[in-house]
Amino acid sequence: MGAEGMELGFKGVLKELLAYKSGALGVVILVFLVALSIYTVVAIPYDKAIKLWRGEEEVWIENPRNAQPIWVKYWEYLRGRNLPETIKRDTSDSKQYGVYKSLRAIPGTNLKRLYIEFSFKYEYDDFPSEINIFFSSKFNESAPILRIAWEKPGGNKIELLDFIPRDKYDRLYLSIEHDVLKVLRSYVEEKLYALGKNPEVPLSVEKALFAVEDESMSSSLTVKPLKGTYKLIIEGLLFGKDSDVDARLIIYGKVYGMCGTDHLRRDLTIAMLWGLPIALSFGLIASLTITFLQLIIATISGYYGGWIDALIQRLTELYMILPFLPFLIMIAAFYKLDIWVILAAIIILNIFGGGIKSTRALVMQIKEYPYIEAARAYGASSKRIVLLYIIPKILPPVIPGLIGAVPGYVFLEAALSLLGLGDPFLPTWGKVINDSYRWGALYKGYYYWVLQPSFMLILTAFAFAFIGFALDKIVNPKLREI
Amino acid sequence: MEQSLLDVRNLHLYYATRKGVVKAVDDISLSLKRGETVAVVGESGCGKTSTARAIIRLLPRNVHLYRGSIILDGKNIMELDDERFRKDVRWKKISMVFQGAMNSLNPILKAGYQVAEPLMIHENMSKVEALKRAGEALRMVGIHESFIDRYPFELSGGMKQRVVIAMALITRPQIIILDEPTSALDVITQANIMNLLKKLKNELELSYIFITHDIALSSELADKVAVMYAGEIVEMADAETFYVKPSHPYAEKLMASVPTLRTDKQLDFIPGAPPSLIYPPPGCRFHPRCPYAFDKCMKERPTAVDLGSGHYVKCWLYA
Amino acid sequence: MSEGEMILTVEDLRKFFELRKGLFSKPVYVKAVDGVTFTLKKGESISLVGESGSGKTTLGKTILRLYEPTKGKIIFKDKDVTHLSSESLMWYRRETSLIQQDPYGALPSFLPIRRIIEEPLIIHKIGDKSERLKRVYDALSAVRLTPVEDFASKYPHMLSGGQLQRVAIARALVLEPELVIADEPVSMLDASVRIETLTLLRNLQETRKISFIYITHDLATTKYFSERLFIMYAGKILESGNIRDVIMKPLHPYTQALIKAIPDPDPENRKVLRDVPPGEPPNLIHPPSGCRFHPRCPYVMDICRVEEPPIVEREKEGFVACWLHAKH
Ligand SMILES: Nc1ncnc2c1ncn2[C@@H]1O[C@H](COP(=O)(O)OP(=O)(O)OP(=O)(O)O)[C@@H](O)[C@H]1O
Ligand SMILES: Nc1ncnc2c1ncn2[C@@H]1O[C@H](COP(=O)(O)OP(=O)(O)OP(=O)(O)O)[C@@H](O)[C@H]1O
Ligand code: SF4
Ligand code: SF4
Ligand SMILES: [Mg+2]
Ligand SMILES: [Mg+2]
Repeated sequence: MGAEGMELGFKGVLKELLAYKSGALGVVILVFLVALSIYTVVAIPYDKAIKLWRGEEEVWIENPRNAQPIWVKYWEYLRGRNLPETIKRDTSDSKQYGVYKSLRAIPGTNLKRLYIEFSFKYEYDDFPSEINIFFSSKFNESAPILRIAWEKPGGNKIELLDFIPRDKYDRLYLSIEHDVLKVLRSYVEEKLYALGKNPEVPLSVEKALFAVEDESMSSSLTVKPLKGTYKLIIEGLLFGKDSDVDARLIIYGKVYGMCGTDHLRRDLTIAMLWGLPIALSFGLIASLTITFLQLIIATISGYYGGWIDALIQRLTELYMILPFLPFLIMIAAFYKLDIWVILAAIIILNIFGGGIKSTRALVMQIKEYPYIEAARAYGASSKRIVLLYIIPKILPPVIPGLIGAVPGYVFLEAALSLLGLGDPFLPTWGKVINDSYRWGALYKGYYYWVLQPSFMLILTAFAFAFIGFALDKIVNPKLREI
Repeated sequence: MEQSLLDVRNLHLYYATRKGVVKAVDDISLSLKRGETVAVVGESGCGKTSTARAIIRLLPRNVHLYRGSIILDGKNIMELDDERFRKDVRWKKISMVFQGAMNSLNPILKAGYQVAEPLMIHENMSKVEALKRAGEALRMVGIHESFIDRYPFELSGGMKQRVVIAMALITRPQIIILDEPTSALDVITQANIMNLLKKLKNELELSYIFITHDIALSSELADKVAVMYAGEIVEMADAETFYVKPSHPYAEKLMASVPTLRTDKQLDFIPGAPPSLIYPPPGCRFHPRCPYAFDKCMKERPTAVDLGSGHYVKCWLYA
Repeated sequence: MSEGEMILTVEDLRKFFELRKGLFSKPVYVKAVDGVTFTLKKGESISLVGESGSGKTTLGKTILRLYEPTKGKIIFKDKDVTHLSSESLMWYRRETSLIQQDPYGALPSFLPIRRIIEEPLIIHKIGDKSERLKRVYDALSAVRLTPVEDFASKYPHMLSGGQLQRVAIARALVLEPELVIADEPVSMLDASVRIETLTLLRNLQETRKISFIYITHDLATTKYFSERLFIMYAGKILESGNIRDVIMKPLHPYTQALIKAIPDPDPENRKVLRDVPPGEPPNLIHPPSGCRFHPRCPYVMDICRVEEPPIVEREKEGFVACWLHAKH
């Protein structure tokens, strides 16, 4: 017998679906994905997500660059390596542990003496990725003069540099500060000479600051982080009665958040989460619209026949040989490709797709069913026959295809993004893969950057594919094993 | 007594489905002598095809229970493993004309090739030789050898059925199971096919298991009749006995529902619907529809009663 | 034949199907119905018997105007319906109805039984919702699908073949038609259910005085369910008459062969071969010249091959179209 899906009703289909292991798995995954999408859309509203995603580095300045996701930390922990997390110290947060600040007027002058001491325990097995200090100062005529020093566990103190904030807000990128690098170089060299060693591969700022001071310091490849309590000391001379300086020290770690960060310090969680509703709705809308339009076209073609049929068939054949991607690339050359344009293009380029042929064949078959003839015999009009008798009958066999086609469109969107044809604004999985590719993620070992969006793509694809396969078996009992 | 060619004892074939276990063949016994035909008759869904499949061991995947003994030429073929069974028994000794097979001929293969296929599959015969034999087989079923190169769509219904019969004949089996071999054909074509089957039977000393729901038609071939109801054989009788007066209440009703052309009779029908094979009625499976049912019928399952000379009835009326 | 009111007159009805082999080749015609003439009285039941492909279904559907007639006339209740347009056909659709062969395919699987039977009422704008429901229930109880409420809410796949066919009958009768054409209404049902369904149909036909055309290939059932018999072969009617007369004394060689081919349950059957003509129904694109049965006829004469046989009246009623019976 033909399509059984309709006869079962929604509940029946669901029950049958759950009876298939693959179907049940697909449903479970899909329910999870949908729940996650809803959560995403509620927790990070669209505007906020876009703002975050499109935000300049400012928004993300406190995040490490290309940090691994937290699950990598747990994984490494099991292997006995404790990866550093980001450490923050801020004088404007007086309650914070490890922050000491004093500001005293020097009697008889309009000078003030500032003393800030940040201290933190460093217990990690790797170096931080970057160190920055952010200043916010109040001053009138002349800017404060600050002297910044570093104290390692054990008491070795290094005078790093003198710094004069040029503006109300200024920042010191310690990691790339030339003077600091020079100071540290000579410091390291001195230590090595004392040990009777020569420097081989120079150390970066972070490594020099956190190095265990033994022979291993000679090379950036052998150097090890020293565990213990570190201090950053800022001493300063301030001018004017109201003058003040607050500082914020950030020791960037190597792990961040559920999903890590990208080259722009952006939290990839946003892209992973927002990629989901976008992928789901993109895939579903594309598949649904295309299937539905094809269904209508195919029904008209199959039921009415004649020249309409011939026209539609020739169009379909033409469409089937048209190269699809070059068209999109051409469109991309003329239009700004936001996701709606891509969606519209995919829909237009697929309306006369191969689905029409199979649906039309089905319609031609159903048209000859006795119940259609019976309907004509008791006087049903053509319109009624098409809408009430044919469409409901082709829906069930079409639905597995609809579900099964979703991953195709999800992948297509991702592929377009990968080719750089995607929507540049939206945090989509394809875009993330594209970024990772462009920034050499695999070459640099940032596997998470590629793997996470790929995993999400595959998970989504599996959910739909599993459900599609199971539905197909339900709707086309011929495929059923039993 | 003459030795049986085929002796089926206590055959069971149950299917596992999501709704429960379908007892499609439930403890069936029958025997067949060389050159003899047993007709298996019964309503749709009573397990006729399942019985055939159980005998030729072409089982679906969802078998729940497959048990019993099938003794062919003194050897229990149930004990053979699948590979041996396929090599030594299926098609070589027992072949089958499947229900609706004429409509499931492969539309893109030539008739001759399809007839020859069993030889190539079961006897590893070369294509050339197999096709030669296919030509002979076609001639045997009354189709000109030149039809070897025709496609199914170029054949009429009767010819397609002949092709299907040729497929069953080509390996020269001793037994052919015919599952509704004429159900889609016209009466005259059907009569021609029945004539063909009769001729083949006499010429080749074939034994048939002839499955049909058409009692009148069954009398065209049957030496013995097995009436199936809900997975069981409820009556087994000689043609002479059976067509004159069937004994089991179900068989009696079934016979009364056959319209006859040459004589006038009051037509009767069996009220109610055939039972579920998942939850068959307790006691006698026919009791909900039986006009003679009494207390015992509802509680105890009747056993086969021997009325003499191979006439068995499963009914408490005869106990 | 004169007593009783005529409800249907079919005159020289033909239906040819156009077949095109290729885009530019000349069309050929399948002459499925090729000159059929008969009349049907009000409340009368006739049987139309013939082999597969003889054109029975085509004849039935052409009468019901599901096919456009190629030639001839269909007069229903004194009105010529042969070429009425589909709008003016609505009353005809209401007064006629069709029962099909395949009970599984005849009902839309996705609608509940209630709605299936209600559809014709909705289309013909009959009554309001509650009235229609009442008529649906009445129709269900007429075909003895009780309790009606239970059956009304079921879907086709929940019913057996016999029950489905009764739903189809209920649907065919819900508009209270005057002419019903039943095309092999029981051939797909089980033997035991067949008789039950036919008996039901016959009772409804008799009590409601429905004019009835019973199309079948099963000659044995006809005498239980109708009065007159028409034997069809290759698009033509070869013999007609009172059923018992025709069966007892078939005049046409084809009718004779048909009767010979049909077994009654009898243990003697297996011992003899049936004396039936070989061969199969002819190609309807290029039907045999003269008598269409001549390639298979054991009594074929020269004239049969060239000239169409004459229509010869049978003794009591009906006719036979065969040169053997031509009065010279
Ligand atoms: N593979 C299967 N799995 C589950 N149930 C099955 C399977 N094959 C058949 N059945 C059921 O077993 C019963 C017997 O089926 P079977 O085909 O043997 O009947 P049958 O007597 O040949 O009927 P018919 O006359 O319609 O061919 C039926 O109820 C059928 O639905
Ligand atoms: N729509 C069609 N187009 C072309 N040929 C057709 C069409 N419908 C029927 N025919 C042909 O017309 C002839 C008569 O067919 P019809 O279905 O009327 O026969 P029938 O007597 O009802 O046969 P059956 O007993 O198999 O139902 C057949 O040869 C068939 O192939
Ligand atoms: S055992 Fe009882 S119910 Fe069964 S057939 Fe015999 S009389 Fe009827
Ligand atoms: S007309 Fe001739 S060929 Fe036709 S049936 Fe009569 S005798 Fe036979
Ligand atoms: Mg069967
Ligand atoms: Mg027909």
